[in-house]
Amino acid sequence: MSRISSTFARIKGEGKKALIPFITAGDPGKGYTVPLMHALVEAGVDIIELGVPFSDPMADGPVIQRASERALANKVSLRDVLAMVAEFRKTNTDTPVVLMGYANPVEHMGYEAFAKAASEAGVDGVLTVDIPPEESLGVADVFKAHGLDPIFLLSPTTPESRVAEVAKAAGGFVYYVSLKGVTGSANLDTEDVARKIAMIRSHCALPVGVGFGIRDAQTAEAIARIADAVVVGSRIVGEIESAPEDEVVTRVKYLVEALRRGVDAAAK
Amino acid sequence: MNLNDLPDSRGHFGPYGGIFVAETLMAALEELRVEYDKARKDPAFMAEYAYELKHYVGRPSPVYHAKRLSEQYGGAQIYLKREDLNHTGAHKINNTIGQALLARRMGKKRVIAETGAGQHGVASATVAARYGMECVVYMGEEDVQRQAPNVFRMKLLGATVVPVSSGSKTLKDALNEAMRDWVTNVESTFYILGTAAGPHPYPMLVRDFQCVIGNEAIAQMQELTGRQPDCVVACVGGGSNAIGIFHPYLAHPEVRLIGVEAGGSGVESGKHAATLTAGTPGVLHGFRSYLMQDENGQIIETHSVSAGLDYPGVGPEHAWLKDAHKAEYIAVNDDEALAAFHDLCRFEGIIPALESSHALAQAKKLAPTLKKEQIILVNLSGRGDKDINTVARISGIQL
Repeated sequence: MSRISSTFARIKGEGKKALIPFITAGDPGKGYTVPLMHALVEAGVDIIELGVPFSDPMADGPVIQRASERALANKVSLRDVLAMVAEFRKTNTDTPVVLMGYANPVEHMGYEAFAKAASEAGVDGVLTVDIPPEESLGVADVFKAHGLDPIFLLSPTTPESRVAEVAKAAGGFVYYVSLKGVTGSANLDTEDVARKIAMIRSHCALPVGVGFGIRDAQTAEAIARIADAVVVGSRIVGEIESAPEDEVVTRVKYLVEALRRGVDAAAK
Repeated sequence: MNLNDLPDSRGHFGPYGGIFVAETLMAALEELRVEYDKARKDPAFMAEYAYELKHYVGRPSPVYHAKRLSEQYGGAQIYLKREDLNHTGAHKINNTIGQALLARRMGKKRVIAETGAGQHGVASATVAARYGMECVVYMGEEDVQRQAPNVFRMKLLGATVVPVSSGSKTLKDALNEAMRDWVTNVESTFYILGTAAGPHPYPMLVRDFQCVIGNEAIAQMQELTGRQPDCVVACVGGGSNAIGIFHPYLAHPEVRLIGVEAGGSGVESGKHAATLTAGTPGVLHGFRSYLMQDENGQIIETHSVSAGLDYPGVGPEHAWLKDAHKAEYIAVNDDEALAAFHDLCRFEGIIPALESSHALAQAKKLAPTLKKEQIILVNLSGRGDKDINTVARISGIQL
């Protein structure tokens, strides 16, 4: 069983829901990422999503775009991101790490070479935003062969007929994007999300994570009532952007502790 | 494999093309694919498209024998396919008419577009006004500064121009922002993509709408000269004017097809936009093709005197034609394009777009190597009124 699957099994056994934060690797500087990852674990997260910076983040809103630009200004490459994960793994062998990014840096390294390097570094799952299952053409198989869970997105516009196909290609969990739009959008309709999740569950045995539009303990709690995992990205990245450099780690930890309490409130 | 059968059902031209987008857009692209497939088989749709091209755009555009230019260059006879004479001054309108008719057919009242130099933005704003649609055009902040007359033109036509300040603030970032708008407003909005690139079915449908150029040229060359040209030359940025003339000529394998990319300050300088000449395959903006990228797969900035060729990718069909040796791709530098620009002004009384001037510069190199009875057909994709400020600046003239 993969580290992601066993994590979901443990959480389910505890009657809880997973909290998955997103940060962009190398933002605000290369040296921050590993300490931030450990701080996230101390704040009680279950899985970490680590963004791989890309020059053209088409599916991201302004907050994560700027994080990507800061990381690229720090010359953070895909190899650097893998080195960060390997560094994190020296003292943490429990918390799954999912890389989230765009196809081209991975394609440029080569899918096989990337999968091997990522697996050796201790990566558990990979979400390439712009590779839908139709285009994965064996990519998902390459990932699986190296013990990496291929994570795919589902969206409000995904027709029901497609959900089972996406689920078949996916591993670890599926990520339901709760809004049309880019990351960092607002206005979440939890009732609509609940209906969609019920539909997804009827075609997909994997745990369902929900992201986009979760900004505070309250929305985290509302989503935790209906999903298996709550994904928070732009809110955390925005905190990193606005915090003075010497307070980045403590401010993120404080924020994520509040999100954790929100997620746990749903279990009570 | 029959090239006319490409792309396959999922948009692949060999290893290129495809659909590399976030999940939210998958349903919209499928809807577009299905609707376009119905439209192109619908005689009423095709008749309306043809009517609009004739009565609104002014097609067919003539083929013109540039005799004085041919004499000057000494060698092959140079013919020009006059896309510069279209309404709005370039080939772009062939495509925006087609896509606007599709948008109307699909019940979409809002259209969006990206633009670099502003030609596609103007062509999109024009058809939005023509069919009564709301139009939002995304344009890099740098380009908004460089192309002020086209920005005003779009506003006159009723469009909203949104300056894009992310990334390099140019065409690629405008495309990113248009995609973000589409993801957010996917149900109400039709994305009028400006070149034969992007996710399937765009490279195919843009090509199909631009093929009017090549189809006309084949008939016109036969009528004018009794045969087909030895070479067809077209500039390539994203590659829509080139694929529009190349694709019909694939049925004439004896005709050499030459795509001309923007060599900027010279390919060896690194400051250029010669994607097929110097790039490597990768994935950007929803499709796989040659890209300008660094050793980590990050997209790098391109450079060209011509804003319309200043793009780090290229349409997937061109990538396939290059690998299959069905077309040749070479680069022409800024200074060579400028010299050809002035030549056409002075010898033929035609001010060409700087984009098209790259194709003219290649004809200038090629003509003396050919015999007098041989023929080069240049796709004169647009007129150069929009470029006079750029040319004046480079020449050190204050307007």
